[in-house]
Amino acid sequence: MAFENLTERLSKALKNLTGKGKIGEEDLQASLKEIRLALLEADVYYPTVKKFIAAIKEKAKGAEILDGLNAPQQVVKIVNDELTALMGEKAVPLNKSEKIPTIIMMAGLQGAGKTTTVAKLAYKLKKEDKARPLLIAADVYRPAAIDQLEVLGKDLDIPVFSEGTDVDPREIVKHGLAEAKANKNDYVFIDTAGRLQIDEALMTELKDIADIAKPDEILLTVDAMTGQNATETAEGFANALALTGVVLTKLDGDTRGGAALSIRDVTGKPIKFVGQGEKPTDLDVFYPDRMASRILGMGDMLTFIEKAQREVDEKKQAEQLEKMRQNTFDFNDFVDQLRQVQNMGPMEDLIKMIPGMAGNPALQNLSIDPKTFTHMEAIVGSMTKQERENPDLLNPSRRRRLAAGAGRPIVEVNKMIKQFDQMKKMMNQATKGNFSGMEQMMGGAGMDMSSMMGGAGMPGGNFGQKVQNFAMKQAARKMKKMKKKRGRK
Amino acid sequence: MGLFDRFKKKNQEKAEDLASSEELAKAEQPALISEAEDTPALDAKVEVEEAEAESEADAALDPEEKSEDAEDKSSEEADQQAVYEEGLTQSRKGFADRFNRFLANFRSVDEDFFEDLEDTLIGADLGFDLAISISNQVREAVKLENVKDKEAIKELIVRLMVESYERQGENEDQSMHFAPKGQPTVILFVGVNGVGKTTTVGKMAQRYKDQGKKIMLAAADTFRAGAVKQLQEWGDRAQVPVVAGPEKADPSSVVYQAVERAKDEQVDILFVDTAGRLQNNVNLMQELAKMNRVIQKVLPEAPQEVLLVLDATTGQNALQQAKLFKDSSEVTGLVLTKMDGTAKGGIVFAIRDQLHLPVKWIGFGEKASDLRAFSAEDFVYGLFKDLVKN
Repeated sequence: MAFENLTERLSKALKNLTGKGKIGEEDLQASLKEIRLALLEADVYYPTVKKFIAAIKEKAKGAEILDGLNAPQQVVKIVNDELTALMGEKAVPLNKSEKIPTIIMMAGLQGAGKTTTVAKLAYKLKKEDKARPLLIAADVYRPAAIDQLEVLGKDLDIPVFSEGTDVDPREIVKHGLAEAKANKNDYVFIDTAGRLQIDEALMTELKDIADIAKPDEILLTVDAMTGQNATETAEGFANALALTGVVLTKLDGDTRGGAALSIRDVTGKPIKFVGQGEKPTDLDVFYPDRMASRILGMGDMLTFIEKAQREVDEKKQAEQLEKMRQNTFDFNDFVDQLRQVQNMGPMEDLIKMIPGMAGNPALQNLSIDPKTFTHMEAIVGSMTKQERENPDLLNPSRRRRLAAGAGRPIVEVNKMIKQFDQMKKMMNQATKGNFSGMEQMMGGAGMDMSSMMGGAGMPGGNFGQKVQNFAMKQAARKMKKMKKKRGRK
Repeated sequence: MGLFDRFKKKNQEKAEDLASSEELAKAEQPALISEAEDTPALDAKVEVEEAEAESEADAALDPEEKSEDAEDKSSEEADQQAVYEEGLTQSRKGFADRFNRFLANFRSVDEDFFEDLEDTLIGADLGFDLAISISNQVREAVKLENVKDKEAIKELIVRLMVESYERQGENEDQSMHFAPKGQPTVILFVGVNGVGKTTTVGKMAQRYKDQGKKIMLAAADTFRAGAVKQLQEWGDRAQVPVVAGPEKADPSSVVYQAVERAKDEQVDILFVDTAGRLQNNVNLMQELAKMNRVIQKVLPEAPQEVLLVLDATTGQNALQQAKLFKDSSEVTGLVLTKMDGTAKGGIVFAIRDQLHLPVKWIGFGEKASDLRAFSAEDFVYGLFKDLVKN
């Protein structure tokens, strides 16, 4: 997953500060140096790094934290704030035209992921806003680029306008816009060919298309793995076009995320979306604050919760909550939960959204076999109805039968039952208490994560806990805010 | 003679050549000079004037006395070098500009100097570890040799880079490997999404076809929409058969069919285009391993080459890609694409330094002929020539 290395190095840099009541000038310098190296190693554009370090230094001095109480936490907060500021403070929504259609044009290098992003974004709008988008295939250069868009359109049931490869892209766009007008499409996407920002002929073509279409949104697509060259690319495109935003793609890789941190600083344009997967639904709104806490290893509870809300059937959830409260949570519910969690995405990513988990060296090489879930389901599938509803029945003899039935070793059966018990306990507490209860569980030894993850230990030490506390409190505050907002609505 | 010294010599020869050709041009057609203006940098011009006197004497003797054969060969070499120099124009400018900017700020050798040096090297995508290592070497050398002069520092830095590049590149095998005659050679292309695998397959197919080889392509990217069509189009252009399966088929099944067919029809080279995959996706990496196994079922010696395609604009993640792909599919070499942009190509140094995987091909543009066999020497020369003084 992205940012892993950066997270680890930043945690290390900040770790130097903890355990100290006071932070001297020297300690701060040492930490800043570490932060600088961490960022450079992550491919962040080096002038951006310079600026970033200077800003932290300034703030740290201004806040007079050097002699203040709880200095380490204050530094973490400053770094967090600056990271957020660097990536643009707030999520910026898609521009919308007053009159339909809203025209969105893509630009970028070859292979950045323009066509895929067009399809994902159109699908997102269609699903969430009930939009009726039209996709214009204006990449006449790459072999089969038009086919690619057409196939995607067919799969997602979104119309695609194309005129083959023998027509000038400018004409295609004109005709496509006319078609959109006739069909009253509310969004039009223009998929352009990938090009180098120094290719004058193709850049002129891009400018012409922009003049013809007058797009409300020109999105630069940038590969998250791009190195120092990201700036040249961004500047080249920004000089030719009035860019309105950036889409960062392939963030599901193990990039250290340099482009994510520098692109806003270089272009002055907000990152609007991030692509993180191969499925059409794998496009998310970019939230700088959440990304910042993810980078600092403080997790991203908000996205975690949102993902859960998106995937989870609310009615079912309410039922389960009720069950948990009454302590009648059984294996049927357990399997339901497993399935829901699976729908939310890869387990590794989810775990890292939990505060304190991302920077944890014990989890560094964690990869959870997706089959684990299948195996668990198989074990539950081997239970009788009674056993599922009444887990206490499971004596050793029955467990042996389950192991044979599911074709899994008996230790695995035992492990799963233990996990089930823990989950039950944890949920019971979570429903009764609030976040403070949860916090205790996460930080303390309440939940035995090590057994859940096959031997990976909890983040040890003072620092992990401190960051967790900070992150948890922040998440709780944000949640409260969100609740209030919803209440007002 | 070390690589660095060869550079110096090359630059000198260049200047001489230029001088003589420039004189010719002056005599024949003054307009030509302005067209050629962007190639020699300012530095070179000064050198040209210095070298003029010498070259007048040399020029009369040198070219005519070579035999026809040698001339042919040297013109081919010169052509290769020209492609590199042309293709790397933007990169070189990035490199040289960066250095000159860095040196313009040069006052004395202190902590800030090294910090700037690290930034500069990292800015050239040299990779973090290598940048720090070179900066440390410079630190040592400066102490030992007591270097204070700006030009001397510049030369020291370039020399250290070129030397480390040369040293790390020893024993790297840049040649392509083929099966013994009568058996098909299988070349597997792997890489992350959007680096240009399909395009590279298309270009390479064209190239070997032109050499009179019997070529077949396998469209094992059954995942991305339109990928099979894209390869088929390349196949049509080069007039070579393409083996494709039904949509969303198991790529290994397509590979199996292709290998069988290649064996039956006595194809010389089978190119296998695979779907883009991020190196941290365990399942997809296992799929690659499976493809390898399937190929070996039919042809135990194959694949002769597994080429990892890398986008030159990728930063240090390229190292990670190379590492993880190497683990799952025994990568034998690299193809560096999109070098015609402003990418610094510094990543070549980092890869050499840490992974010792040879770059075998390099792509300078959209045309089939823009894909070139990688020449380590021409590459560094193309990048550094403006920085090396004779």
